[in-house]
Amino acid sequence: MMRVDRRSTRFAVLLALGLTCSIAWAHEETGQAAGFLTGLVHPISGLDHVLAMVAVGLWGVVLGAPAIWVLPVAFPLVMAFGGLMGLLGFPLPGVEIGIALSAIVLGAMVLFEARPPLWVAALVVAFFAIFHGHAHGRELPEGTSALLYSLGFVIATGLLHGFGILLGVAHRWPIGRQFVRTGGVAIALGGIFFLWRAVT
Amino acid sequence: MLGALNSAPAHAHLVQTGFGAFYDGLAHVALTPADLLVVIALALLAGQRGTQAARWALFAFPAAWLAGGALGAWIPAEATLPLLTTLTFGIAGALVATDVKLRATVVGVFAIVAGLLHGYVNGATMAPGGAGALALAGAVTAVFCLLAIVSSQVTTLRAAWTRIAVRVAGSWIAAAGVLMLGWLARA
Repeated sequence: MMRVDRRSTRFAVLLALGLTCSIAWAHEETGQAAGFLTGLVHPISGLDHVLAMVAVGLWGVVLGAPAIWVLPVAFPLVMAFGGLMGLLGFPLPGVEIGIALSAIVLGAMVLFEARPPLWVAALVVAFFAIFHGHAHGRELPEGTSALLYSLGFVIATGLLHGFGILLGVAHRWPIGRQFVRTGGVAIALGGIFFLWRAVT
Repeated sequence: MLGALNSAPAHAHLVQTGFGAFYDGLAHVALTPADLLVVIALALLAGQRGTQAARWALFAFPAAWLAGGALGAWIPAEATLPLLTTLTFGIAGALVATDVKLRATVVGVFAIVAGLLHGYVNGATMAPGGAGALALAGAVTAVFCLLAIVSSQVTTLRAAWTRIAVRVAGSWIAAAGVLMLGWLARA
């Protein structure tokens, strides 16, 4: 059981404020608030992305330490490289199929409580992160701040991982374990729906 | 990518707080995302590497920022050097995310380089907007205070999840930097 002391809580509040404070002051450069908010909302607006990100968090819990923190640290970086590939014009065939497959595979990992070696899990997650970054990282609306859009996009994705981890906390109880596995089924089914939509 | 190496034109955009030049400079740091991110990333890095590194960074970074700012105000190059400023916070974020065991002196050297660069851009962009030494002092004060608050908090962290939260924050900053490099290359 993790202990949450006052110092840690104070630090968490400071960190959150430090990472988000600029959105309230949008007078200096044009498009700052719009850029950050657009980036923050963008990952949530696509259910395929949401499913896969929550699945990363859930799978992290199933895998336990150190995967529970390696995956959320590694995923944004690899996803950003996917976005960089997209921005530089590197073609990536079957992006939508890759995203749908990510929900299916990650959902199945949660359902079957798969516990491969950490490097295999990291490789699976990194592989799919490329598709998510390539598809979503470059959709910047006109007139908005690219840096704040990127930051908002990355933070929202990280928060979705955190949401998955929070849901996964239930895994420690027998009934919660069934809840998490059912979540895996729902994510995989969602992935099948998006795969069907991508290929038809 | 080569295009991004060219300096972008400077925009004189010093925010008007209504409280005078000192507070305008102070607000400038808070409202410039690249500056804010480099301060946060460096504070996380310095705090993560321990008290000694945090002490080095706490004095080296604002001092370098001041020196760079004075140079930028004196010899403004009409530049915002977006590639270099993106690289500094991106690299700092990546170092935090990977939890590389850097020596305190290396953190100090990084702080000096980053401070000189961001300070120079600060001075070069604020001077044409009519900002003087007082605005630069405000900017340096903001940098010092933010660095002191965040790095001191990080050095005291003991719980495992808080150390992980620091690394996650570093990975977010680095990821934003990687994406920003892409935007710069495409611009």
